[in-house]
Amino acid sequence: MFKKFSTATDISGHTPVKSSVQRQLRAALLSQWRIEPETLESIWPKKEGLVHVKCREHISIYTVNGKPIFFQHFDGPLVPTLRLLHQYPYILPMVKIDRGAIRFMLAGANMMCPGLTSAGGWLPPAEEGLPAGTLVAVHAEGKENAAGIGLCKLSTEDMKKINKNVGVETLAYLGDDLWSQKSL
Amino acid sequence: MGKKQRGQAPPAAAPGPEEAESSTAPAPVVEPTPPKEVVYCGVCDWPVEYCEFGSTFTKCKEWLKAEHPELWDKYYSEDALAARLGTISLEAQSKLEKDTAKKEAKAEAKAEADMKKKMSSQVIIKRIERTKRKHVTVISGLDKFGVDLKKAAKQFASKFATGASVSKVTAGATDDEIVVQGDVCYEVLEMIEDGVGVLKGIPADNVEIVEDKKKKGGD
Repeated sequence: MFKKFSTATDISGHTPVKSSVQRQLRAALLSQWRIEPETLESIWPKKEGLVHVKCREHISIYTVNGKPIFFQHFDGPLVPTLRLLHQYPYILPMVKIDRGAIRFMLAGANMMCPGLTSAGGWLPPAEEGLPAGTLVAVHAEGKENAAGIGLCKLSTEDMKKINKNVGVETLAYLGDDLWSQKSL
Repeated sequence: MGKKQRGQAPPAAAPGPEEAESSTAPAPVVEPTPPKEVVYCGVCDWPVEYCEFGSTFTKCKEWLKAEHPELWDKYYSEDALAARLGTISLEAQSKLEKDTAKKEAKAEAKAEADMKKKMSSQVIIKRIERTKRKHVTVISGLDKFGVDLKKAAKQFASKFATGASVSKVTAGATDDEIVVQGDVCYEVLEMIEDGVGVLKGIPADNVEIVEDKKKKGGD
């Protein structure tokens, strides 16, 4: 989503967020991510205002003190920034891609099922299977930190069974233009 | 004495039952989980383990060895490299290495070409007549040196106590000019040479003053 993004041309406005909306967002974050209220408090203290940065194509980035925390496309799920995910890796469920797929991930491509189901990849077992449309942290074989964040196009069980076409759509990856923006 | 005893006893008694309560009941204050500390490479700004996929791998390795020798050992020492051959066959691994070497070479060539362009691009200062005895000074080419135009315009405006603005010459992103009201071209030259504020990093030979007698009206 942030393959080409430059602050000069793609940002249309910065607006502070109303506190009623802030409360709604906070509740949404707590329900969508696997995060404790106290940890969310340390990332985004109640006292701090949230700034809504509007970008092209209905993408909104929300920042605290200039630091982007999460973003959203239309009214879709709230996606944490990759830097935030690195600091708190457990907030999203994990899937792993094998080594050969890493370079494609780092170029922003979507992840195909074989990359997740092969020997180097990892999908959660059937009991913890993730339905389609879940936000996942995409980790890479042999690496500690996530390489990107994606949205499951198929449920993990379907990925294992069908094993064709796109499995995870890449929303953010290491080194994309959102990564380069440390503050907005 | 009685007072002292009484003074001491209640405070001693008060924290007593409170402590007992908080140790039996679940502690109301949960400490937030601290963030994980990630070391980002000084060269490519990625987590250190991903440098091998970037285009500046050799420089990244040098940086890591200098800054974080223990991490260098962890990732690039002999046994770590052997363990990492992992699940890809030998041919695939060597192909990957060749690809990354090619990418690195390409990125270096590009960086060099950019540097050269930077060196050869110039900052042009023009003085244009506006109405009768008034002039404006037009400074173009500053953004090629990575100067934030808005900030620079503000600086000029405050220094010379006149108006300054940024105007786009073409629809492209990097052809902007700063327009300062008044005839200040020599002072601007001085400011650039001194490297005041945001105007750092512009070598003096790259700045040129051009006398332009075109009328600015009608743009």
